[in-house]
Amino acid sequence: MAAPTTTRISELLTRLTGDEKHAPSAYSTLDVLWVLYDRVLRTAPDRVDDPDRDRFLLSKGHGPAAYYAVLAAKGFIPEEWLDDLAGPDSRLGHHPDRLLVPGVEIGSGSLGHGLGLGVGTALGLRAQGLTDARVYVLTGDAELDEGANHEAIAYAGATGLASLTAIVIDNQSSTHGWPGGIARRFHGWTSSTVDGRDHDAIERGLRAHTGTAPHVVVAVVEKKG
Amino acid sequence: MRQTFVDTATALLDDDPRTAVVLADISGAAFAPAARAHPDRVVNVGIREQLMLGVAGGLALTGLRPIVHSYAPFVVDRAYEQIKLDLNHQGVGAVLVSIGASYDASSEGRTHQSPGDVALFDTLGGWTVHVPGHADEVGPLLTAAAAHDEPVYIRLSTQHNAEGRPTTGMQTIRRGSRAAVVAVGPMLDTVLAAMEGLDVTLAYTNTPRPFDVKGLRALGHSDVVLVEPYLAGTSSAVVSDALRDLPHRLLSLGVECVDLRRYGSPEDHARWQGLDAAGLRQSISAFVAPGGGPARGRG
Repeated sequence: MAAPTTTRISELLTRLTGDEKHAPSAYSTLDVLWVLYDRVLRTAPDRVDDPDRDRFLLSKGHGPAAYYAVLAAKGFIPEEWLDDLAGPDSRLGHHPDRLLVPGVEIGSGSLGHGLGLGVGTALGLRAQGLTDARVYVLTGDAELDEGANHEAIAYAGATGLASLTAIVIDNQSSTHGWPGGIARRFHGWTSSTVDGRDHDAIERGLRAHTGTAPHVVVAVVEKKG
Repeated sequence: MRQTFVDTATALLDDDPRTAVVLADISGAAFAPAARAHPDRVVNVGIREQLMLGVAGGLALTGLRPIVHSYAPFVVDRAYEQIKLDLNHQGVGAVLVSIGASYDASSEGRTHQSPGDVALFDTLGGWTVHVPGHADEVGPLLTAAAAHDEPVYIRLSTQHNAEGRPTTGMQTIRRGSRAAVVAVGPMLDTVLAAMEGLDVTLAYTNTPRPFDVKGLRALGHSDVVLVEPYLAGTSSAVVSDALRDLPHRLLSLGVECVDLRRYGSPEDHARWQGLDAAGLRQSISAFVAPGGGPARGRG
């Protein structure tokens, strides 16, 4: 991350959490989120209702500080909203609510819902001829423990739902792990496994979809402490 | 009812580009012609009910109107959290259409039965619930539901009345003086048979949610008997609240909250549940008799 951006995001995160000690690296999703919003997603604050926008679904809704910081940095939400996280009048909670936060595509928190919603969103866009719009769903390696994910992964792979990209933030937090690797769980998908802190590598992974199959990017970061 | 549902949904797919049907294999063959005509709007996800509801939520987020269909225990019980979060919490709706009401699938056993389905929607709020009593009610109810974006549950059954009554509000079938008996959906004809010679009002509704409170009060009775084809007492709180300014008595009849561990026919289960004409007559007679009869135990 370029130095000015790092400083900016750090300021926003401090504003959110009141905690000056946390470096951006403490947030497992931060770099992927930044690359998505800075380089990849075809969306913007003035496009949140545009039917043809790309959709980003944060399935892993817990610990959304990095998400809120990026949304604020990109102008989706006022920075002032960061000052009262989860307060009684705050629109920002410990899990995001799509009806409260502009640009948030799904309310999430209970794990394992984003991929199913993402499959439906991709199907709905296709049925309406909105073929440029892509659907990105961010999950975690531990979130993949939830069986609902595997219904969506199997269906998307078997039917070649090519407009769907899953991003798995792999901080090795799944209790029993994924022997043999995460990408191989995505049968029928193309995959890229990248350094989840390397912005260029993340971008290359996100752009590596082929147009014929759904694509998964496994973004490996430091093991959760 | 199931065939009428398939025919109506197929016609809606033809007529309204917003309509989509989401399946988890159940009724897949019946929707095969529709799937050939509208491959992008008839989605069979395989035997994956969590995904079926997630897909419905996603489709609705893009502006489509999903019609989601399976057996009641699979589309409601199994996917309850998806209904709660992928529909309600996202602020989107769908039309959920079930078959296999209560003990329709009596010979299949408990795994294929969901007498608690309507009660589960009461835990979520915002759902309209239709319980048609005849195939002729299914088409108008589904067509009306497909035209908006709110959450709607339509509970189809192999049990039915002789005559369709498509109106959704409380309909008075006959007048009497002792009490009002409200029959929901396919219970009507059995209740009518049970009431032979009893001096009570009989009313019908195929729409328990929202309950037609005004229609209930207009019946003019403070003694009320509810006969519901799903979990007994599902509408008790609604009716009690509707009559809270009046001294009133309420008898709530329906399917008891128990796994009988018996197969047999739906008629057998109706008899075991006291929901056949003889059982209903006994319960209702005791309730309207002087003294009101003993409090009814729950199984």
